[in-house]
Amino acid sequence: MPLTQLESTAPEAPEKEFLWTLNFGPQHPSTHTTLRLVLTLDGERVVDAVPDIGYLHSGFEKLGEHLDFNQYVTIVDRMNYLSPLANEIAWHHTVEKLLGIELTPRCKVLRTILAELMRMHDHLLNVGTTGLDLGAFTAFLYAFQQRELIYDIVEYASGQRFHTSYTRVGGVLFDVNVDWANQVREFVKGFRPVYQEIEKLLTRNRIFIERTKGIGVLTREDAINMGATGPIARASGVVRDVRKDDPYLAYADFDFNVICSQGGDCYARYLVRMRELLESIKIIEQAIENIPAGPVNIEAASDVVLPAKPAVYRSIEGLIQHFEVLMPNRGYPVPHEEIYAATESPNGELGFYIVGDGTPRAYRARTRPPSYVHFSIFPHIIRGHLLSDVVAVLGSINIIAAELDR
Amino acid sequence: MFDLATLQSRFGEEITESSFRDNRRITVPASSLYPVLECLKNEQGFDMLVDVTAVDYLEYEGATDRFGVVYVLLDTAASQRLIVKTFVNPPQPELPSAYPLWKSADWLEREVYDMFGIVFRGHPDLRRILMPEEFTAFPLRKDYPLKGIGERHNFPVITRAES
Repeated sequence: MPLTQLESTAPEAPEKEFLWTLNFGPQHPSTHTTLRLVLTLDGERVVDAVPDIGYLHSGFEKLGEHLDFNQYVTIVDRMNYLSPLANEIAWHHTVEKLLGIELTPRCKVLRTILAELMRMHDHLLNVGTTGLDLGAFTAFLYAFQQRELIYDIVEYASGQRFHTSYTRVGGVLFDVNVDWANQVREFVKGFRPVYQEIEKLLTRNRIFIERTKGIGVLTREDAINMGATGPIARASGVVRDVRKDDPYLAYADFDFNVICSQGGDCYARYLVRMRELLESIKIIEQAIENIPAGPVNIEAASDVVLPAKPAVYRSIEGLIQHFEVLMPNRGYPVPHEEIYAATESPNGELGFYIVGDGTPRAYRARTRPPSYVHFSIFPHIIRGHLLSDVVAVLGSINIIAAELDR
Repeated sequence: MFDLATLQSRFGEEITESSFRDNRRITVPASSLYPVLECLKNEQGFDMLVDVTAVDYLEYEGATDRFGVVYVLLDTAASQRLIVKTFVNPPQPELPSAYPLWKSADWLEREVYDMFGIVFRGHPDLRRILMPEEFTAFPLRKDYPLKGIGERHNFPVITRAES
């Protein structure tokens, strides 16, 4: 049977017919959580990316208007679950600023240590999983082994590995003891060798460099204009760190450097995170030897903290105070004011905007999540790169979907 | 550097300054919001828009306006913050978009629109961002109950045959 030629008079392809659409996520191993991207591709090259978020939206800010300052801490932990304590510290930092509470020196140093442990916790995960997504499996194991040790330290202090709910208005739930400090010392001692191992595995790894260098470049101007903060801004050459520029807790007392890079690409972000691990360990080393003695909570007479248990059991004033704090229809006076306060969370500037209305519940509890702003930068920095680079860039900007959607 | 006198002489005396703890705030009438933001960015060095949010003052003691919209600005060089606040009212809460000045306004304003229904004129892509597209209410308004108004119980059930 003779072959007949097919009609080759297909109409001229419209301008964009060669583009195709790929749905990336919501479930994909490299998103680690529930993110969805609608990618428009030209072959393997990304022409456009439209993030579709909101899969994990659970109304945290609405809940914040119905729970009191101490209850809401359990919700705040669940935002950036890689560094729950950093969120708690940020939340209570804002609340204490609203109430005008000055923490005790011991509490300041304790919270500083915990905040830095959380920074290491987050950066270790980020470095590890960025490697994992790009095929370097081993570094991930080293990083996660160190994270387990941080979990143990946090568990010893608060009783919880993950969602610790450890801070309280004016202090923390329990004081720490010598054993805890020794556990931290032990961790600090063992960390540097492991850091060296991770560095050996990734920093000069040819494949890792090829996959990250020059990928997802964010210039300094764009970083500022688009609201990037934290390691992402610093990797683009923005010299800014809330810990230095607007010191809170005990950061002014410790010696550390702000790590910056000029690169602006995924590799620069990786380098900044790695060096920040060393700076954090430096802060912890200084702080753990200098934890001031004295009470960890502000004095009980200030009517926002629970009195010590002996006072509750043996004196009527203590008992009254205990119930004043705990009963939902009681409470302490809160100014009719609004406040914005920010801390340097591992991911960037984590701020809260609280409107006080006289009751110990926030009238409005706005979270300024760093991931949310960073994810809006993502389409801008992925354009023109290959599909496989989506994974590298997603890893390097460290999107936490729970914080993104709240 | 922030200079209130310049703003007042150029955009009217209604611009007032207040402060609480270390927060420095100015209140600006909605009509002159965009020129004030433009001046703050281009002339007074506030190069980063850190946050845009809104507050519904429906049940707030002593409030006269319904919505307050808050812009948290930052001068990265001098490490100075400024909070710009303005008020809008129903039935048509509307403000000019700050997107031409700061690109970070894109998603931040979309979230305010999604949660409070405040429309930003001139925004390139004002869609819902966290809530689903077909959602009709604005959940962070104070007249929206915590438990919702039945959205979760009234999902259309799609049977296997229909799917």
